[in-house]
Amino acid sequence: MLLIFLSFFFAAGAWAAVEDYGYPYADPLVATVLGTPKADQAAVSRDIPRKEKKIVIFPDRKLPDAVAVRSFQYAITAQDKAAPLVFVIAGTGSSHKSAKVRQMEAALYGAGFHVISLASPTYTNFIQTASSTRMPGRTSVDAADLYQVMDKIWEANKAKVEVTDFHVTGYSLGGANAAFVAKLDEEKKRFNFKKVLMINPPVNLYHSVGILDRMLTKNVPGPAAPDFNTFFDKLMKRFSEVYSQDDELKFNDEFLYRIYEKNLEEGRTAKPEVLEALIGISFRLSSANMATIADFATQRGWIVPKGHKFSRTESTTPYYKVATRTSFVDYFDELYVPFYRELEPASSRDSLIRESSLESIEPYLRGADKIGVMHNADDIILAPGEIEFFRQVFGNRAKIYPRGGHCGNMAYRDNVTYLVDYFKK
Amino acid sequence: MNPLHQKTQFARGFAALLVIGMLAGCGGAPVKTEGEIEPQRTLEKNVPSDATFAIDQSDPIEGFNRGVYHFNAWVDRSILLPVVEAYDFVAPDPVKSGVHNFFQNIGDVENLVNSILQLKPKASLVTAGRLVVNTTVGLLGIWDPATRLGLNRHDEDFGQTLGRYGVGNGPYLVLPILGPSNLRDAVGKGVDMYVNSEIDPLFFEHNDGTYEAAVRTLDTIDTRDNIAFRYYETGSPFEYELVRLMYLKMREIEIAR
Repeated sequence: MLLIFLSFFFAAGAWAAVEDYGYPYADPLVATVLGTPKADQAAVSRDIPRKEKKIVIFPDRKLPDAVAVRSFQYAITAQDKAAPLVFVIAGTGSSHKSAKVRQMEAALYGAGFHVISLASPTYTNFIQTASSTRMPGRTSVDAADLYQVMDKIWEANKAKVEVTDFHVTGYSLGGANAAFVAKLDEEKKRFNFKKVLMINPPVNLYHSVGILDRMLTKNVPGPAAPDFNTFFDKLMKRFSEVYSQDDELKFNDEFLYRIYEKNLEEGRTAKPEVLEALIGISFRLSSANMATIADFATQRGWIVPKGHKFSRTESTTPYYKVATRTSFVDYFDELYVPFYRELEPASSRDSLIRESSLESIEPYLRGADKIGVMHNADDIILAPGEIEFFRQVFGNRAKIYPRGGHCGNMAYRDNVTYLVDYFKK
Repeated sequence: MNPLHQKTQFARGFAALLVIGMLAGCGGAPVKTEGEIEPQRTLEKNVPSDATFAIDQSDPIEGFNRGVYHFNAWVDRSILLPVVEAYDFVAPDPVKSGVHNFFQNIGDVENLVNSILQLKPKASLVTAGRLVVNTTVGLLGIWDPATRLGLNRHDEDFGQTLGRYGVGNGPYLVLPILGPSNLRDAVGKGVDMYVNSEIDPLFFEHNDGTYEAAVRTLDTIDTRDNIAFRYYETGSPFEYELVRLMYLKMREIEIAR
């Protein structure tokens, strides 16, 4: 009887959430590009005691002279009293300073948590200073690297910060990272994480990057490969038009939002192909950054000549051109798979793809009550039907919002409340 | 320091810079390291020769510019940012915003001059209105009531004025400390500095050098404090190219306004 009542309650709860959810953008592409309008964001104070820090993870690692930032960067925002601590892991290619991390720091600190913010294992500084293989994307390796980073950071700060419990969260790829870190923690028991929240994670990393890559190749056709130039010129022309007409418009985080509003005022709708191209370009650029750095750091001689020493004055543009015309799948096939197959001859392309998915740890996820997920039914990085994976595996530990695209609603009032309450309960 | 002295000093520094630029100008292209191996993917093999790239911008002295970029990053990290951090720590927010508004108000003098030179009646009137309101009601500019009254700031400089009259970018230039620029904007900057020293809105001429040095230092700290950019933290090995593209495109858009 109680069970029936409870399931009814949850079903009703879920239904009510769908009905009442006030996040404004119905189009998941718009949501992904624009995020949450200021007026709809949760009110959080940005005036927090955030401290930028550096730590050496591999004391014996010799970095090439060309590497500008030579130790691992992170941020800590600590309460002045005993409190639970949340580790926040950034999404693909993003640093511990990305806008989404900053927003989570502010929300969590405001709710009484200590926060330690970490870059994604796919971020340049992480690859060079904290990745054991310097070849990011492999969930088990990335989790071990993150765990080591958390461990060393905690060692360096524990005398000053009083912690009651440890939690971990992350968005996008960082969400998947958080689950793999939690699984590793079951063996290592360094933190005994009490709660874990994945925000908009991919089910299968390989599928998701394929979707993002096609958003570019489908919409920005060129003579032989994607041609950014024409698209970019058109975009700049439109920016310029709107900027000329609107003397309140400034180059800041609201710039794209204002362009969108202006388009609506003029009766134009946001063209899906333009939005897809924007998302695709931004992803391509971060994957080009990552691939170039991984290649350079491992000296595989894929895009960067093996043995090449960079001078401070030399141009890197030829590598930019090659790298931005290289897809993530190319990185996977030509750099990543051969690298890991050399380390472990038993592995194959297929096994490496499987490893990069949450499905590979499904039994663990099913039983791990401490792990929850916050996702969107219309997330653009999921293949059709993949959202069901979360419903089935997590049951009522999955909070699925009806819209928000990929991470577009993270700053929205309800989402911030859910995030904070999740760790408070 | 009198304005004339300051002027000649700037001109001399600028000329020296150009000479160094020309000498170092040949740099930029990748130089092969002895024993390096050609990579699997190359420009020749993997990029069609007729492909065009937005990232390609006129930068004939790229080697020099990259050297200055690196130098600027060093100055930023070892001098400017520590000072800005100390300022953030010491100065309460209301003081910081007062300081910021004050220098913004002084900057409106330059905006007004250039709005008039560009024959923009509306921007000129608005900026003049801003100066009057902010200098009086805003107590010498430490408050910004003008923006609240709907008088929006119009940033105009002599680089934009030149651009407005059809002067092209010229080669891209990274100026020591000041950062990304191009030949037109660097000349514009020089003219703005000259005009500013003639107008002398902060009365440097009738005060001693310590006063001028203190005001300029505070201005520099405030400027840096209001720029979120941090060198080598974009996460991109192509940061130099991306910053160059952003700068040049933003200037194009600003000139068109």
